[in-house]
Amino acid sequence: MASTISINIVFSGGLELLFGNERNHSVSIPNFVPSDNSTCSTPSSSSSSTPPSDNVVSSTGAGDTKAADLEYLIYHLRDHLLKERPELFMENGTIRPGILVLINDTDWELEGEGSYQLCDNDEILFISTLHGG
Amino acid sequence: MAPTSCSLCRDAKAILKRPKTGQQICKDCFFFVFETEVHHTITEAELFKSGDRVAIGASGGKGKTTAVIWPDMLIVLMADSTVLAYVMKTLNDRYNYGLELFLLSIDEGITGYRDDSLETVKRNQQQYDMPLKILSYDELYGWTMDAIVEQIGKKNNCTFCGVFRRQALDRGANSLNVDHIVTGHNADDIAETVLMNIMRGDIARLGRCTLICTQGEDTIKRSKPFKYAYEKEIVMYAYFKKLDYFSTECIYSPDAYRGHARTFLKDLEAARPSAIIDIIHSGEAFEVKEEIKAAQKAQQTCKRCGYMSSNDLCKACTLLEGLERGMASSVITDRARKKMDAMGPTPENLRTIPLFRSTPTITVEMPSQS
Repeated sequence: MASTISINIVFSGGLELLFGNERNHSVSIPNFVPSDNSTCSTPSSSSSSTPPSDNVVSSTGAGDTKAADLEYLIYHLRDHLLKERPELFMENGTIRPGILVLINDTDWELEGEGSYQLCDNDEILFISTLHGG
Repeated sequence: MAPTSCSLCRDAKAILKRPKTGQQICKDCFFFVFETEVHHTITEAELFKSGDRVAIGASGGKGKTTAVIWPDMLIVLMADSTVLAYVMKTLNDRYNYGLELFLLSIDEGITGYRDDSLETVKRNQQQYDMPLKILSYDELYGWTMDAIVEQIGKKNNCTFCGVFRRQALDRGANSLNVDHIVTGHNADDIAETVLMNIMRGDIARLGRCTLICTQGEDTIKRSKPFKYAYEKEIVMYAYFKKLDYFSTECIYSPDAYRGHARTFLKDLEAARPSAIIDIIHSGEAFEVKEEIKAAQKAQQTCKRCGYMSSNDLCKACTLLEGLERGMASSVITDRARKKMDAMGPTPENLRTIPLFRSTPTITVEMPSQS
């Protein structure tokens, strides 16, 4: 049984600047992930250095699990891929308003948003519309 | 989740939830409704008449002071003006508007920021087969934004950029001898401006900011065909049409107040997507008293350059004089202006900003034949 799935990530509209100026990324995440979205790779090592921000920290990491969903992916991207200013990417446990999300070229609002269950080789596109000029 | 089918054609897979209506629609229906709504906006407001020469403000900007969301980092997405150019050309061909279209772009002179976006505009010119005019702050004012920031620092530089860009668009439009400038202001921008004018108590502007067409300085009309188009749909349109657009960051400091208004608006939209169109509707429904509308100072022409102005000198000439005299950071208010006057007479050799009024020979970079 494959224990991880591979997800293709694309950042656009300026969002790539928060991710080392790279538009395309590929991440590998477990099939089953902690329900509390804690993203330490080994759930038992609860002493890992997750940012002490608005992350929902449970008492220990060895709690419930769920099938990997987009909500978890967002935490994963913030904790492992994001290089700077997490508040420009996430707000209140989800993507910051004004950032569009497409799952395999479909508006995530049609796919259940954060509760969408990820599949192997999904492509998730994040486009920022927050801009001036 | 099972794929949803389009609520319009009931056939293809829905790819977008429309923020305005909540409808779930497929790609082809999306293109059709988006373009048709812009067409209706244009025809209902009777924006153009056949034979009009129309410049598309392709500065990548909003023609307003630089708006920003992200603290100390300005993301400029060219999507709006790229989509505007594409949709204007599509509708002009489809509905025989009979318009002559031009791309007008402003180069602020910010190293590494506008350089790449101007490359995008040049590609657009070839893709859309439209004449392109690029006007730089340097040739108009003798100052690039880089040089301005070097002198005055990062505070207040958005004031310069905003005044200079607006005038540059007007002066560029003059040189193209056009009747009309269209800009990419969208529903989100207008709702944000309504909120800002309420928060600032600027009732005269509140009354004007929802107008689709204004005729401010000079005789050139300015209008906003995307007045009712959501930013989400503009960006989605650019993405699904695979339009060539550009995004980058302005390296100079942001207009924080507009940033707060934008964040607030985006939070409202997340809770209730119709909020944006509702705010525009509220803005349109205000009836501003005649005496408040008339409270604007009488318009005259700038004694130095001839541009429309409510004072002896227009804003650009005032700002420019401050820069030349090394007192730029204090020239933003009337009081500071008096202080500068008290420092002594204006130097003799000050630059006159060119107006390009009704020039018989028009120099336009034509699309190369390839």
